[in-house]
Amino acid sequence: MSTVASSTPTAPAARDAETTRGLVEITKVRKSFGVTEVLKGITLTVEPGGVAVIVGPSGSGKSTLLRTINHLEKVDAGFIAIDGTLVGYEVRGRRLHELPEKEILKQRTEIGMVFQNFNLFPHLTALENVTEAPVVAPRAGKPRSSRAEARARGLELLDRVGLKDRAGAYPRQLSGGQQQRVAIARALALDPKILLFDEPTSALDPELVNEVLDVIRGLAKSGTTLIIVTHEMGFARDVADTVVFMDQGQIVEQGTPQEIFTNPREERTRSFFSKVIEPAFNI
Amino acid sequence: MSSTATPVAQSAPEPASAGIESAPDTAPAGTAGPAGPAVDGGTAGAETASAETAGSAGRKAATDYEDYRLVPARHPWRWVGTAVVALGVAGIAWSLATNPRWEWGVVAQWFTAQSIVNGLLETLKLTAISGALGFILGFILALMRLSASPLLVSVSWTFSWIFRSTPLLVQMLLWYNLGYLYEKISLGLPFTDVRFFEAQTTTLISQFAAAVLGLTLNQAAYSAEIIRGGILSVDQGQLEAATALGIPAWRRSTRIVLPQAMRAILPTAFNEVIGLVKGTSIVYVLAYSELFYTVQVIYNRTQQVLPLLLVATLWYVVITSVLSVFQYYIERHYSKGAVRTLPLTPLQKARKFLSTHAPATGKTTQERGTR
Repeated sequence: MSTVASSTPTAPAARDAETTRGLVEITKVRKSFGVTEVLKGITLTVEPGGVAVIVGPSGSGKSTLLRTINHLEKVDAGFIAIDGTLVGYEVRGRRLHELPEKEILKQRTEIGMVFQNFNLFPHLTALENVTEAPVVAPRAGKPRSSRAEARARGLELLDRVGLKDRAGAYPRQLSGGQQQRVAIARALALDPKILLFDEPTSALDPELVNEVLDVIRGLAKSGTTLIIVTHEMGFARDVADTVVFMDQGQIVEQGTPQEIFTNPREERTRSFFSKVIEPAFNI
Repeated sequence: MSSTATPVAQSAPEPASAGIESAPDTAPAGTAGPAGPAVDGGTAGAETASAETAGSAGRKAATDYEDYRLVPARHPWRWVGTAVVALGVAGIAWSLATNPRWEWGVVAQWFTAQSIVNGLLETLKLTAISGALGFILGFILALMRLSASPLLVSVSWTFSWIFRSTPLLVQMLLWYNLGYLYEKISLGLPFTDVRFFEAQTTTLISQFAAAVLGLTLNQAAYSAEIIRGGILSVDQGQLEAATALGIPAWRRSTRIVLPQAMRAILPTAFNEVIGLVKGTSIVYVLAYSELFYTVQVIYNRTQQVLPLLLVATLWYVVITSVLSVFQYYIERHYSKGAVRTLPLTPLQKARKFLSTHAPATGKTTQERGTR
């Protein structure tokens, strides 16, 4: 679709014309688990159709940040807005009231999520995994799909991730890479504005990583906003228009892949990449 | 070097005698082996390599048992054990058949008598009603126990605590004698005179009602724990994924969590239902004419105690067997997705045995014959 726009991050206006949706604004978000503060005031904007890749050492709060975006994790302070609408809360007077569950579910249908451990429903076939949500989830401004519609769309999506012929297979009969591709199709079934990827290839055998990354590369060109937490630095360099480096609950620095990977400003970023990237070349 | 070559040459004839197929392989090794040291006198390094490859080829051929027949290990003690057990079983069967005091004639006479069949139907009715209601209530209690509300959690916990810690017999008698504690039962607003409904306790709580009430509440307390255990066994990521997809709460429970929890719930739940079938016999204290009470009434009249207890026992065995078959197929249904290939049903196994096993043995004997 907008292949040109996605490869040039400096032209969001051109992309807006086609998509006009999926702007993510994270503002001063804080989150603690017990006494440990895992997010210490995160502010981050991802443009519509943009691809932000979050990297950093484990325990730096990357996954938690991702989970606050669809309100799987409630924030302690700060707020998150998608296309100007708050996630999980509504403004009444000078207060933010948490939305009832049903409204939050509606918001979540606009934010797809792909998990490290796939979390496919093991008792449902690949196709049933993909068609479940469109049929039963309450949608914002859209009717629920009929079974037949969901099925047609499901097969189309499975075809897109290269698994149309495995539609009737149960997750346990699929390889890890295939499972993750089904999970991506499942997330796409609700036609979300934004897709969140939480270390999508970390649970995969090395030779299966690329089949998943290829699917995500395809999505990066589709105009959907992608926010990806990953340890695959080569992939990050390839696909991102913004790379965000997090450490200890803070964003240390962010910029284009060129800036972050080859010319980082911060010492912490430099030392992290020296540990992560170089060993890979020393094989 | 020549020392490594010599054993090769010596070992070469051996495989030739062991098998015809291995002879062509060893033939060049046998010629190369002695030729090496004879011509070069053991100087060139290249010769060492060729001698060694020839040596390994020769050794390989020596250990080639391809044509040997496999003989499985014998287990004589297994046969002895089997024989002892078989003898014991035969002895018991013989005594059951020949000891006239079992009075099989009386058993046969009463087994399908109208009064027994009526009692049996009452037993099945009690089991079905209190089993179904018990598991529905148990499911609600399990959800309460897992909810975020401290009140619901403690109500559910207290329910299970009370009904699991009092004997079923006491519960039964208590429900039946509820009229002694509360003369009237009414539905209305507490602490006011508003009443929507009012009735005499004794007319409301019949023997049947007391039996169902007692069995149901007791069953609910146990099944709540079974269902809760099943729900807890489902990976948290499943709920998370369903939530992230915007699937509503009720649908998450019934479509995503419960079917997966069933695998953990079913074996124990069937244990409970089978226990309940026999547990219904306890309602004899209410003089409710289910299977066991009916049998008691009859043997009090005819004095044929053991044969009539056998009649009841055999029916319980029949019900349990039928339930076990159900259990197998229901568990199999819920195991889809958890196993790569479903296990064969007994019927499929039998078919497979008949289609492959029987003709296969015929074939092998034929093959052996041609060889």
